Amino acid sequence: MYQSYSSPAGQAVNRKMTKNLSIVTSLLVLWLGRASGQPQQNFDNVQIHVEPVQHNIYMLVGAGDNTTVQVGSEGVLMVDTQFAPLAPKLMAEIRKLSPGPIRYIINTHVHPDHVGGNAAIAKLAGSDPALPLKIIAHENVLNRLTATAPGQPRFPEEGLPIDEYATPTKSLHFNGEAIIICHEPNAHTDGDSLVLFRGSDVISAGDIFTPGGYPFIDIERGGSVQGEILALNHILQLAVPAKTQEGGTYVILCHGRICDDADVVECRDMVVIVRDRIRDMIQKNMTLDQVKASKPPGTTTPSTYQPTASSPRTDLSKRFTKAFRHRRTVGGLHGETEIVFLHTCPHARNDGRNLCAAGSPSSCRVTSSNAWEGGSAG
Amino acid sequence: MIRFLAAALLLSAPAFAQVDFSGSWAPLYHEDLPDRLPGPELGDYLGLPLNDAARLRADSYDADRHSVVPEYECRPHSSDYSMRGLANMRVDAIREPVTQRPIGFHTRMNFQEMERTIWLDGRPRPSEYAPHTWAGFSLGTWNENMLDIYTTHLKESYLKRNGVPRSDKATFTEHWVRHGNYLTAATVVTDPAFLTEPLVRTQTWILDPAQQLSRDICETVAEVPKAADYVPNHLPGTNPFLHEVSNWYGLPYDATRGGAETLYPEYRKKMSKPEHPRDRCERYCSCGAEGQICISPTAPPPDKR
Repeated sequence: MYQSYSSPAGQAVNRKMTKNLSIVTSLLVLWLGRASGQPQQNFDNVQIHVEPVQHNIYMLVGAGDNTTVQVGSEGVLMVDTQFAPLAPKLMAEIRKLSPGPIRYIINTHVHPDHVGGNAAIAKLAGSDPALPLKIIAHENVLNRLTATAPGQPRFPEEGLPIDEYATPTKSLHFNGEAIIICHEPNAHTDGDSLVLFRGSDVISAGDIFTPGGYPFIDIERGGSVQGEILALNHILQLAVPAKTQEGGTYVILCHGRICDDADVVECRDMVVIVRDRIRDMIQKNMTLDQVKASKPPGTTTPSTYQPTASSPRTDLSKRFTKAFRHRRTVGGLHGETEIVFLHTCPHARNDGRNLCAAGSPSSCRVTSSNAWEGGSAG
Repeated sequence: MIRFLAAALLLSAPAFAQVDFSGSWAPLYHEDLPDRLPGPELGDYLGLPLNDAARLRADSYDADRHSVVPEYECRPHSSDYSMRGLANMRVDAIREPVTQRPIGFHTRMNFQEMERTIWLDGRPRPSEYAPHTWAGFSLGTWNENMLDIYTTHLKESYLKRNGVPRSDKATFTEHWVRHGNYLTAATVVTDPAFLTEPLVRTQTWILDPAQQLSRDICETVAEVPKAADYVPNHLPGTNPFLHEVSNWYGLPYDATRGGAETLYPEYRKKMSKPEHPRDRCERYCSCGAEGQICISPTAPPPDKR
């Protein structure tokens, strides 16, 4: 099925892919570079919304980001901390749920809207040697947070996830239930963790996907399409839907609404089918420009739609441009096509409000559509 | 005294229940029978105000997905489609215990045992962050004798069982009208992702007091070995089935592609000619007439099955 790298055609593809990869990398560097110069978002008017999920799990919604909170007799566990300025508001809402100590913070990955509030929460939580706060993340998160680029501020030491793990899973028992942290290699980034609350039957899955939108795959930080698919399939292995394939295990993402197994299936199918399409273009020896010119899924505009009060206008013209790189193992043992969602917004939420948060690329655009034009319909 | 009686009469009157829809209902398939019972043909987007995104996605649909992807095996129709699909329905009134006022209707379809509640008490909708469901969240209000229902919080599903998608951003309005033993439900689906205009469809049901809904217990089974990252789909331009419907029925291909323009009479002036015109009906010619089931030349007659 795949062309061999050793064949002349394969070498041509390889050269083309290398060239495309360099273009993609350049664009990403430009994109991420702009992010550092982006003005800080004003969080003054942000109100924290508390959404009960299941059993003792809550979802706290801030400026487009979600924090998972587990409360119980032993204290409080948080998954992701949003941005530092929101820490007092988050803590105020957590205190309404539990007066107990903040015992654990788990960071699902390295992006600033997930680790930004670590230090501020740690400070607000106070220190009790008998009840220490532990900040947990995969070691790749710690490595990236401590590898500060020249001229960039250091990440606050008190917010570093020094209770890192380097194994495929890490487990703990807290507030009467088993909590299993799973590393999802090279999905959204190279340091993704998903957190399974086994008793509450809830999975906190970070940015592995966002309901109603394309996933943001940060290849600069180790993300990949194939890793994304594997992570989505892992969620499907862990999630058990209730009757009629809905409910049962609930999945909290870092952006958007609460999901379940069926929502994960839709996303998994979308990523697989978009990958198949881009891979087909690669196999036809199309260049990056040709792929972009062919308007791959997600770039058409339903210009005739008239919005209603209950259905915000979908502006697909602002959506996605995709580039890709492709690499394979000689002999066809496995292949990987990586689609770079160059202009997807990692902080987009479903409601169409502009929630491109600080730290998002300057090209970040909010979309309210899931019209990815491929995949399942049942 | 007169004032007292008037006040008593007012207080005893139902607050909002104008019509009782409770009972067992059987769908009448005289309307769009082939589309609803055997199911729509692949590539049949006739009458759907689709945009290009929906069309491309529907073209990619491969029905093998229902065999290969276990998560699809036990899915019910969503509530916008279930009023149209093949299933009988029971409606129970939900009553406030003290006043006995109806505060909602609970519906149950025998296909996948799908259940749904239509609230009449004006309760607040779930937040935008709440889970979406196949049934969605439905609130009904009385418009004289007609029940207007507005439903949000839907899961992603389909407009037709041939892969035409309906997004999780869609909402729909229903109008339920009862004329004696007949129930007519008109559904108006709005989907900012896949429709350029609202999609309006009607269905009629008949009261069937002797009806008993059977159980429909479904458990997913991995029947076909597959790679974890395999989802059956047709790549753009490769779906071999898209011309079937136009060829079988002698329709212009561009009309079968749907779109708002094709809904209106003016379209007849500009539509192309059929690639394979038919001089007589050859497929599903006697559907629904005098209770007959659909007969097509490609299927053996019922007594030979």
